[in-house]
Amino acid sequence: MADTATKPLSLQDMILRLHAYWSEKGCLVLQPYDMRVGAGTFHPATTLRSLGPEPWNAAYVQPSRRPTDGRYGENPNRLQHYYQYQVIMKPSPADMQDLYLDSLRAIGVDPLQHDIRFVEDDWESPTLGAWGLGWEVWCDGMEVTQFTYFQQMGGFDCKPVAGELTYGLERLAMYIQGVDNVYDLAYNNHGVTYGQVFLENERQMSKWNFEIANTDALFDLFRKATEECQNCLDAKLPIPAYEQAIEASHVFNLLQARGVISVQERASYMGKVRDLARGSCEAYMDKYKDEWAERFPGWTA
Amino acid sequence: MTADFLLELRSEEIPARMQAGARADLEKLFVKELAAAGLKAGAITVWSTPRRLALIARDLPLATQAVSEEVKGPRASAPPQALEGFLRKTGLTREQLTERDGVLFAITEKPGRATRDVLAEAIPAIVRAFPWPKSQRWGAASFSPESLRWVRPLSGIIAILGDEAIDLEVGGIRSGTVTRGHRFHHSGDVVITGAADYAARLRDAFVIVDHAEREATVREGARAAAQAAGLVLVDDEGLVVENAGLTEWPQPLLGRFDEAFLAVPPEVIQLTARVNQKYFICRDAAGNLANAFVCTANIAASDGGAAIVAGNRKVLAARLSDARFFWEQDQKVPLAEQAKKLARITFHEKLGTVADKVARVADLAEWLAREGVVPGADPALARQAAELCKADLVTDMVGEFPELQGLMGGYYARAEGLPDAVADAIRDHYKPVGQGDDVPTAPVSVCVALADKLDTLRSFFAIDEKPTGSKDPFALRRAALGIIHLITENGLRFAVAEGDLLTFFADRLKVQQREAGVRHDLIDAVFALGGESDLVRLLARVSALQAFVGTEDGVNLLAGYKRAANILKKEAASTAGAQGEGVVPPTGEEDPLALVDDPLFKDVAAEFAHSEPTLSYTPEPAEAALMTALAQAAPQVEQAVAQEAFTTAMASLASLRAPIDAFFDDVTVNDADAEKRANRLALLDQFRAAVHKVADFSRIEG
Repeated sequence: MADTATKPLSLQDMILRLHAYWSEKGCLVLQPYDMRVGAGTFHPATTLRSLGPEPWNAAYVQPSRRPTDGRYGENPNRLQHYYQYQVIMKPSPADMQDLYLDSLRAIGVDPLQHDIRFVEDDWESPTLGAWGLGWEVWCDGMEVTQFTYFQQMGGFDCKPVAGELTYGLERLAMYIQGVDNVYDLAYNNHGVTYGQVFLENERQMSKWNFEIANTDALFDLFRKATEECQNCLDAKLPIPAYEQAIEASHVFNLLQARGVISVQERASYMGKVRDLARGSCEAYMDKYKDEWAERFPGWTA
Repeated sequence: MTADFLLELRSEEIPARMQAGARADLEKLFVKELAAAGLKAGAITVWSTPRRLALIARDLPLATQAVSEEVKGPRASAPPQALEGFLRKTGLTREQLTERDGVLFAITEKPGRATRDVLAEAIPAIVRAFPWPKSQRWGAASFSPESLRWVRPLSGIIAILGDEAIDLEVGGIRSGTVTRGHRFHHSGDVVITGAADYAARLRDAFVIVDHAEREATVREGARAAAQAAGLVLVDDEGLVVENAGLTEWPQPLLGRFDEAFLAVPPEVIQLTARVNQKYFICRDAAGNLANAFVCTANIAASDGGAAIVAGNRKVLAARLSDARFFWEQDQKVPLAEQAKKLARITFHEKLGTVADKVARVADLAEWLAREGVVPGADPALARQAAELCKADLVTDMVGEFPELQGLMGGYYARAEGLPDAVADAIRDHYKPVGQGDDVPTAPVSVCVALADKLDTLRSFFAIDEKPTGSKDPFALRRAALGIIHLITENGLRFAVAEGDLLTFFADRLKVQQREAGVRHDLIDAVFALGGESDLVRLLARVSALQAFVGTEDGVNLLAGYKRAANILKKEAASTAGAQGEGVVPPTGEEDPLALVDDPLFKDVAAEFAHSEPTLSYTPEPAEAALMTALAQAAPQVEQAVAQEAFTTAMASLASLRAPIDAFFDDVTVNDADAEKRANRLALLDQFRAAVHKVADFSRIEG
């Protein structure tokens, strides 16, 4: 399926090409955030940095965990742990669509051979008090990227608006390599497959997520993260507060996977996580808004 | 002098579903802005693609008309104060006024404006006021919250009148004469000289700007692709429009999927293909779902689309294998087991769980069968079907495709070997969903469909969650409408509701029957008699009534009724006024026989009640005729109504028409003789009472 004459890119080469491409376009190439999160958007480089007037361009891989998507390594498409490639550009450049399409070309997708489409898909994260308009990008009918112009984050209007790209790396790699099973992906060009790296991880983690995780301990962790978040907010430390909000969010996802949160309780837990995340964004805004207003005349929170 | 005007608003991809609305809004706003300047185009064409909205206005005048406005002032000989006042008002000097026949006039010549200048102001105004359902800010300008909003970032504007570019600016975007062609088939600028070459230049750049043409390409191309494969496309105009809204150079392509997937119910395949992938599906010559799909690409690929089809096939296969996995997994758990999980799902905080609802529905469904409300329904099957009807809500398939609720339950029930009547009832219990949807007629299906909706209505009314205005969060109006359809199409005879809920049904019935051409005032007239909760009987009566009031007899009888009612109303008002203080109002119990409940006494009581008053005067012929006619018609009407022979009841009423007309022509009600007057008023009252046995004619319009 590759359009280059040579062998299709391995997963790691695809990542390296994307790093090289976005680095060349002026993005900071950051490393994954060292916490368990459900999506690249949770990385503070996106959430917190999309607040305020300062220009910000960054790209990074974010390992993402969705405990309920685990399939014990038996489903060829679903994983409880996978990689997202995230690009955030603030303000959104006028040619962001072209930049994105060139990044596809850089990893070997030829838009004259493959049908690339921008299909309406608006994004909303009640947890983060955030929403934006954009598309899911289709390649021959497959969603390969989420493209969003953030309009609000943490309940604040984005001034200016940031553009966000989220590539589903495994999907894109499966597509480029013409592979039907994620575990068959070539991780590198020396014979190591994705399955060799991650299959056992999926099996064990699925078992732990669904069957083993100590729910009393998880409930306790949730409570502690909530308290610690508040402790940080009281001390006017938005970044550690936000980390605790992320922690609470992931622990909630684990509790969900264990099936111990009833439908009725669910809304209340989600409300708690939302309050923590929003509280952290508000504290972040609060901490910097005067400085920003001074450095960027005309800007207000 | 006129010229054609071209406007193109180019942006990043506009959602397909918004394009038709945007075209209509663009035309409306453009016409409005032009009209405000006194301009009107010969004809307006609006086109859309995912990346542009375009408008061509033909034969636009190049300038607006010069207008001369004349304001009449005081006479030249008027006192100075009057002149001063006029000058102040008009802002002119005495020398600027014109004198005609001794009167002063202020004349202002408003020169015509160049249309170019009007457009340079109008276009930015249109862009700023554009009513997108959702819009966004973008880019560096969004530093300010007041920055321009558009559906997606706006990237360019072309405005050309004749061959002259109109210079304008909105949100930092300057107009020009340059656009872009197809995203992949063309690079660089496309220069446009005017309305005349716009579509052709774009076509050279692989963009079909006319959406109708793209729709035709998709429609016909998809059909042709199916036909070439020996198949028949399942037409889907929604998909045609959506795919045309996603492409500038549409290329329908047919692909195949693994036949093994055809084991999955066809509705699942169609839904997956349609909703998730926007693919058409095909049938074979025998009418069965074929293992083929038609996707619509936006490029003419150099390999003829082989890679595109292969990619799409893979995506569809992944989705279908998910669906097949659900289909197989779900069948491992019997519906009765699945139904137990409903106890974990809240239906409504005040109404308990879905399992609680199911228990109520099962009782009601069984009752409807046992009491014979739904003739021929087996009570045990009705209960069984009702108990399982919501079980598919917890299956994986319905979790993935909520639209398949009911349908999947039906499939799973059949796969389990449950009776067809049960499987059908589960499948159809949400029906009818909307106007034109099939109404269940199989007895067990009717029981469950009716019980589910009746329970919903009764439950929400019981906790006072009634629809208000435009708010109907629990879709109670739709439920009521569904019940009305079930009752009327199956001729079900029972009291559907009482109190508030019955009034709610009456309102829904009026809305529903309006489409069938039934007059709402006639429904009111029958409901006004009080408490008619048998909708079948009610509609039969309304239908006979509508036929009757359409006849000459009916029209005249209604006129006679209104006249009688007016006289009686005036009389009642004057009697009430005359009563004054100290008069004990009648309680209705003055007649000592009224409360007697002895069956042997009934005839005696009836005789007293019907005894003819003895008159001390000889009634006039028309008066006597009316007395005779009433004595005959009143019991006939009553009997016919009791037998639900409403047409006969109307015929009996019709027999009163000539006598009542003659009575009003020949007899003076308000006679000086108190006895005559009293007898004649009593006659009118009897006439009104006879009419009221059919309907409250005072509610009938006209």
